[in-house]
Amino acid sequence: MTAKIAYDEVEVGTELPARTFPVTRATLVQYAGASGDFNPIHWNEKFAVEVGLPDVIAHGMFTMAEAIRVVTDWAGDPAAVVEYGVRFTKPVVVPNDGVGAVIEVSAKVAVKLDDNRVRVDLTATSAGQKVLGMSRAVVRLA
Amino acid sequence: MALDQSFVGRTYPPTPSYEVGREKIREFAEAIGDANPAYTDPEAAKELGHPDVIAPPTFVFAITFKAAGLVIEDPQLGLDYSRVVHGDQKFAYTRPVRAGDRLSVTSTIEAVKSLAGNDILDIRGEVHDATGEHVVTAWTKLVSRAPEES
Repeated sequence: MTAKIAYDEVEVGTELPARTFPVTRATLVQYAGASGDFNPIHWNEKFAVEVGLPDVIAHGMFTMAEAIRVVTDWAGDPAAVVEYGVRFTKPVVVPNDGVGAVIEVSAKVAVKLDDNRVRVDLTATSAGQKVLGMSRAVVRLA
Repeated sequence: MALDQSFVGRTYPPTPSYEVGREKIREFAEAIGDANPAYTDPEAAKELGHPDVIAPPTFVFAITFKAAGLVIEDPQLGLDYSRVVHGDQKFAYTRPVRAGDRLSVTSTIEAVKSLAGNDILDIRGEVHDATGEHVVTAWTKLVSRAPEES
């Protein structure tokens, strides 16, 4: 494990570079295939509406995968992430309009732990709604 | 219908091993749009100190969730899967998943609760490699929503 960020160089409040991640129906179909999660709420509008959703929604695990990229890109080595957890608070709604949705992710160092580890708190929103809650990663820095 | 509390603490047998392939990791990394070379280029992964390409942090969910199927589909537990949504997800890593791993998952029911008619199920999946070394633990909270009043 070779993180490129040194523990001594970060402080509580240090912000990680924020990112935005676009999501279209094609993204969800590709993610369904790669992850093996073929739940029709992620690609079949008729089915999604029938079970009470506003439209097709992104896989929660897709959003979780995108959000941690802010941390893995910052740390350099993805293996620097030693813990990662989220709560799925609101769905990312993905309309079939050729544009889709955008997931906006920001993150900052919340706590400096022992053993060169820090806790990073993430914020993920889509269409102005917070889509992840309690989104935290523990990262081992250099 | 409330789930049976006696299931708390129940552990299911380890799953047959899942062999992690380089191309499966590449497919997953492409699906999330992540061009980090540690996921696709063995040389880049070696420069970071890994013996082969590693998987993105959430890759292992596909394996642990399939293993959780033993719990979810246990007819004695009686969970209504058509009403299940994913509540929380957490991972704690001893090391990253990497190509060549042969992973087995042991699932345990950590908690069973009923809250406002919703059934809540906490499942822990312990992931070990072929040598028995711990790789990652995954905690999955599933919520089976109460049927709407008709």
